[in-house]
Amino acid sequence: MKSMSRNAWLTFAASLAGIALLFVFEETFDRFTMQIFKLCAINVILALSLNLINGFTGLFSLGHAGLMGLGAYTCALLAMTPAQKEDNFFLQPIVPWLLDVHLPFLPSLLAAGLFTGFVGWLLGVVALRLRDDYLAIATLGFSEIIRVVLTNAQPITNGALGLKGLPRYTTMWWAWGSAIAVTVFLVLLIKSSYGRAFKSIRDNEIAAEAMGIDVFGMKVLSFTISSFLCGIAGGLLAHYLTTIDPKQFFFLKTFDILLIVVLGGVGSITGSIVAAIAVTASMEILRFLDGPLNLGFLVTNGTPGLRMVFFSALLMIVIIFRQQGLMGTSEFSWDALARIGLLPRRGGKERDG
Amino acid sequence: MLSIRNLSVHYGGIHALRGISLDVPAGGIVTLIGANGAGKSTTLNAIMGLVRASGGSVAWNGEEMLGKPTKNIVQSGIVLVPEGRRIFPNLTVDENLSLGAYARADRSEVEADRERVFGLFPRLEERRRQKAGTFSGGEQQMLAVGRALMSKPAVLMMDEPSLGLAPLFVRMIFDIIRQINAAGVTVLLVEQNAKAALEVADTGYVMETGAIGFSGGGRELLDDERVRRAYLGEI
Repeated sequence: MKSMSRNAWLTFAASLAGIALLFVFEETFDRFTMQIFKLCAINVILALSLNLINGFTGLFSLGHAGLMGLGAYTCALLAMTPAQKEDNFFLQPIVPWLLDVHLPFLPSLLAAGLFTGFVGWLLGVVALRLRDDYLAIATLGFSEIIRVVLTNAQPITNGALGLKGLPRYTTMWWAWGSAIAVTVFLVLLIKSSYGRAFKSIRDNEIAAEAMGIDVFGMKVLSFTISSFLCGIAGGLLAHYLTTIDPKQFFFLKTFDILLIVVLGGVGSITGSIVAAIAVTASMEILRFLDGPLNLGFLVTNGTPGLRMVFFSALLMIVIIFRQQGLMGTSEFSWDALARIGLLPRRGGKERDG
Repeated sequence: MLSIRNLSVHYGGIHALRGISLDVPAGGIVTLIGANGAGKSTTLNAIMGLVRASGGSVAWNGEEMLGKPTKNIVQSGIVLVPEGRRIFPNLTVDENLSLGAYARADRSEVEADRERVFGLFPRLEERRRQKAGTFSGGEQQMLAVGRALMSKPAVLMMDEPSLGLAPLFVRMIFDIIRQINAAGVTVLLVEQNAKAALEVADTGYVMETGAIGFSGGGRELLDDERVRRAYLGEI
């Protein structure tokens, strides 16, 4: 019992330290670093959302790019002012019922999540009858269908022109506040009997069914929650970039998120968070690779995309030498820190994880 | 009493179960023996609602079970230990056991049952936070049985519990079956190990290609000429 209260105290202290850290970052980071920092939070949500379906429920789904697009457009169209919409839709006017809709950010974001969740539910009811590779192909196809619809439904989405000049609502507090809320929600979900049911389906579907678990219903539930979270991330992304167009939600975007999930550990919340931050930061840190390089024996004059080679190589190394990724299916815990000797076993000082 | 009448199952064009009938009296041990592909597992899966029956009836204390969702069947006390153990390898022993109690409404009694399972299998308690995938075959079978007991079964159906186990574990599993039965749980046992199964069973049914060939008392069948020839390897 004593170690229990120590852990609770540590968690409380770490939360305070975390919030303090956010204040410090807000003060010290320049605008550019801040943008990267916010993107980290959005990628955390995306990775967690994909991990819920792929890692915890064991369903190989590749529809996240499209679902994200859906969330982004829903949120943007609800939050833009009628004047902004009129400015954007100069080729073909926007449908009248959408013109005057103008909501604050929070309801727009929630509506984006709910709408994406609803579409995810529809897709789930149909596609979750498939398994494994077939499910992956079906969801990938669905993702592309969304993108094509976004490109062609000009009176609603402004087509290939995209939406520009969205209000810059996604502040550091919105991004990280959402990421923290999503993390807490997922931790509680995974610890609940629903989470256990998800994991049992991943481990052995037939046994799960024999235990009386409604396997299909649970799969649809997991897919719907994942879509909801993906829609929220899409909404945050739209008001972070302030410009969206259908090309951004090309299906390859899903693989950026999949990279994070695989590197962090399929089935680990901690892994997804750490990997999302690390990958997002490295994407910027490694930007010098795209510029002119002088290696002494080799001089290049800038090869755009070279930094992606680093991630490809990293992914290969992980697949060959550490298939379970950074964390496997383990999670961060104070006791685990104590076990590996980073924390005294009793009493103890705080350590940030 | 679980009474099965004319149960039929089709897999596509294949008539896998051709109208079988059998009775499992309350408190008894009934075994279903037969060669590979005779339809033993299909019978259990059809009772659980895991495969759809194409005809017949499964009455549990007079109530029709066929067509009900698996969850309701588990809740009414009919529980399956699936073939090949099928534990949840990435989950801990504790989580596996909790999933056994998934369909139960009486949450407060679950912990007492967990203790009872640990009493039966002390080895599971020692490793309650360990991942089940790291266990040996025998330990996994113990866990599979323990997980099924967490559903508070009135009828425990076991599909090939001795499959692929070391002789020591086989003996242990059959001891456990006797103990579970002595505690008042009805057992329906599917086995390829006909000798061991008939030794514990009150009644045995011999299945042949989707139908019941013949039946009799456990001891009686052990001495039966046809059983000895076909399943006990005697000429």
